Amino acid sequence: MKTLTVRYFALFREQAGTAEETVQLDASTTLDVFEATRERHRSPEPHGHCKVAVNDEMADWATPVSEGDVVLLFPPVAGG
Amino acid sequence: MDAPMIEISEAPIDTAKFAHSLGDPRAGGYVAFEGWVRNENEGHEVLRLEYEAYEPLSIKEGEKIVAEARARFPFFHARVVHRTGLLELGEVAVWVGVVSKHRDEAFKACRYIIDELKVRLPIWKKEHYVNGDSGWVNCERCASHAHDHDHDHDHDHGARRALR
Repeated sequence: MKTLTVRYFALFREQAGTAEETVQLDASTTLDVFEATRERHRSPEPHGHCKVAVNDEMADWATPVSEGDVVLLFPPVAGG
Repeated sequence: MDAPMIEISEAPIDTAKFAHSLGDPRAGGYVAFEGWVRNENEGHEVLRLEYEAYEPLSIKEGEKIVAEARARFPFFHARVVHRTGLLELGEVAVWVGVVSKHRDEAFKACRYIIDELKVRLPIWKKEHYVNGDSGWVNCERCASHAHDHDHDHDHDHGARRALR
């Protein structure tokens, strides 16, 4: 089990009802974190068009996560 | 130039001020793109928009995009500013300006920068509709559609919308 901080943005923040939470997860990658939190917050959004960052660096869905990491979950972006 | 290349702004964008800041005696071409809030999207009448940005990574990713554009189409200066908060119809949501020796590089670099930032910056847009509803663009309708159809095919329409 790892203790991770997960930060939610836009739609994900509204679905989670919080901007940030500390979670204990048996997670190896960012995708594991996404799937676990998606289940926890009953979010229907698949990861396909979402983005993820770890400790303020853009990452991908195979990026490993370590104890204490801050994982940022970004729903599909729509700038411009 | 000392001014930041990428900015996230809660305040309205003074496009003339940004354009002026790019002035350079070597430059023979200036191209700018302004993205405006319009009154319709996908058949829904839009009343106003709300933008949210994650600033630290919007700036980092925006700087990467400008560096990529510069490597492809050499120019002198480029600046980008994106709004956050509530925007009314007609307001400038995003401004990209590029100056170069000749027009070709400025046109191409400006196009590259706006196209990339729309799909890469961690910025989200919520539409508030005339009928009182609201929705995050590229998110909820995509998700509810996927739900309705039992996840039986891949949904890339969100990505296509984002590329427009």
